[in-house]
Amino acid sequence: MRRRNAVAVTGALSAGVLALSACAGGSSDTVGAAADAGGAAKTTLQLYAYSAPKVGYDKVIPAFTRTAAGKGVQFEQSYGPSGDQSRKVEAGAPADFVNFSVEPDITRLVDAGLVAKDWNANQYKGIPFGSVVTIVVRKGNPKGIRDWDDLLEPGVEVVTPNPFSSGSAKWNLLAPYSAKSNGGKDQAAGLAYIDKLVTGHVKVQPKSAREATETFLQGTGDVLLSYENEALFAERSGDPVQHVTPPTTFKIENPVAVLSKSKNLAKAKAFDDYLFTPEAQKLFAEAGFRPVDQTVATEFATDFPAPQKLWTIDDLGGWKTVDGTLFKKETGSIALIYDKATQ
Amino acid sequence: MTATLFRRADVPALPTPTDPSAPPTAGAPRARPGLGRPLGVGLVGLWLSLIVLLPLAALTVTSFDEGWSGFWDAVTAPVALASLRVTVGVSVVVALVNAVLGTLIAWVLVRDDFRGKRFVDALIDLPFALPTIVASIVLLSLYGPSSPLGIHLNATRPGLLVALAFVTLPFVVRSVQPVLIEADREVEEAAASLGASGWTTFRRIVLPTLAPAVISGTGLSFARAIGEYGSVVLIGGNIPRQTQVASQYIQQQIEIDRPVNAAAVSVALLAIAFATLFVLRLAASRSQRREEASA
Repeated sequence: MRRRNAVAVTGALSAGVLALSACAGGSSDTVGAAADAGGAAKTTLQLYAYSAPKVGYDKVIPAFTRTAAGKGVQFEQSYGPSGDQSRKVEAGAPADFVNFSVEPDITRLVDAGLVAKDWNANQYKGIPFGSVVTIVVRKGNPKGIRDWDDLLEPGVEVVTPNPFSSGSAKWNLLAPYSAKSNGGKDQAAGLAYIDKLVTGHVKVQPKSAREATETFLQGTGDVLLSYENEALFAERSGDPVQHVTPPTTFKIENPVAVLSKSKNLAKAKAFDDYLFTPEAQKLFAEAGFRPVDQTVATEFATDFPAPQKLWTIDDLGGWKTVDGTLFKKETGSIALIYDKATQ
Repeated sequence: MTATLFRRADVPALPTPTDPSAPPTAGAPRARPGLGRPLGVGLVGLWLSLIVLLPLAALTVTSFDEGWSGFWDAVTAPVALASLRVTVGVSVVVALVNAVLGTLIAWVLVRDDFRGKRFVDALIDLPFALPTIVASIVLLSLYGPSSPLGIHLNATRPGLLVALAFVTLPFVVRSVQPVLIEADREVEEAAASLGASGWTTFRRIVLPTLAPAVISGTGLSFARAIGEYGSVVLIGGNIPRQTQVASQYIQQQIEIDRPVNAAAVSVALLAIAFATLFVLRLAASRSQRREEASA
């Protein structure tokens, strides 16, 4: 008799626990709703970006909030490996505005119905700034690195992030790949170089461009492959490194997009437009990013020397082709080289 | 645990055990009201299911998303295996170092008197209280590339060792200390007066008393070491096949969108931790029984 009683009490108690947790769910919903109502006065934009452009946004965001369109807008910023960030947004992270290193990370959101198909319709194809792939070396360039071939010398250790998480890593590999394959015409030669580089000289797998820079600055490796802006950032922060832009390298184009289901669509679009104004372009240029606005670019021409030959993603047939043939998990040629070397 | 709880609540007249390391039911009368037990067991069951069992089951299911062969491939991939090997190897060394030095520290703290003893005693718990990433920063500034001591342990296995020794320091000390306080010194004095040397007294009298506590402390520090992430993340270097520990490998697999690999290695890590704790529990309870039988 007592025992049955006890079972009943246990049952009642667990029901109570369930009811309690249901209550908790309900009340948290109300909190969310209240926050939304308050949001009318002050807008918060969620920015999800790849790891490197933080230095740019640190200048551009305060300038935007001083404009009429940006008044009262607050930003919550999240920086990380491009691919990882893109997958997070795809999985439901509450982004209003995204800036990734490579176009496929935005295409993923277009396929998921989160970004409008015409996201790259403006005259700059949705790309507010770019850079070029550079070789960062220790101060004084002790290993005498000048060009891509120097990376394959015995004893040279190269730091570059993992292309499955980082967009920077894809650009870094595309640069010597196009240099060696004459813009993708001689695939075998390009892949042979990548194979030698990845198998023999790349030991660590940082997740993002920023983590790769940190790893390099902490003393790992002789060479860091990175964005020119990342190199400039390290040099300007006084770190004992310098960068070498090889004669033939690759043009980096980092796209931005507004999330079509954003709760603050108008403000997000205003921010998007602002990035392409001469004012914002100048701020990006000062932070080390190559501006897309021609007038501003001319103004900063001395800061950003033009390499002898600059391959672009269009020369290789566009991101769709490049991602499919080179980087696609388990089938892309470079993906396979990476898997072989790192598993 | 539940037994103690309900005994305390329902029969307040009963004395509560003062020594936390003693088994809760030992020596106490087992009688308790019929209501307590099923309710307690039900609650514990519910709580453990929500907090421990369900998430672990979900993890295991994920790890078998690509079938048994997918799981096996993920765990036996050379870099995954290497990370498990590095993890277990370094953790074993750290656990052994802790077993010896932790017992020594506990001994000094209980048996010796010196100035600042209370301070040192409080210091032992610091690694518990400190966020592990802070430990990593501290170690990096001390042994990193700009080391003021000229010692460079960044991205080396000794670096891992130091980081793990730091975060696992309290385990053995804190499990041996109470046992040592409770230990009957007269038995040692009796042994000495019967002509036993210091070493013999230690080996025959002290060690058997301490063994269960040392074993369980060592086990806990091993289990903590194999799962550690924060303290090795900066000083470890994360170099595959050299200093990448399993938790870093798991993190990396998540970042490069291979959740099955991450889950599979997690399950392997879990199995190692569980097996270790289980075996050590058996060993500890056996040596305790032996101790009680001889007493």
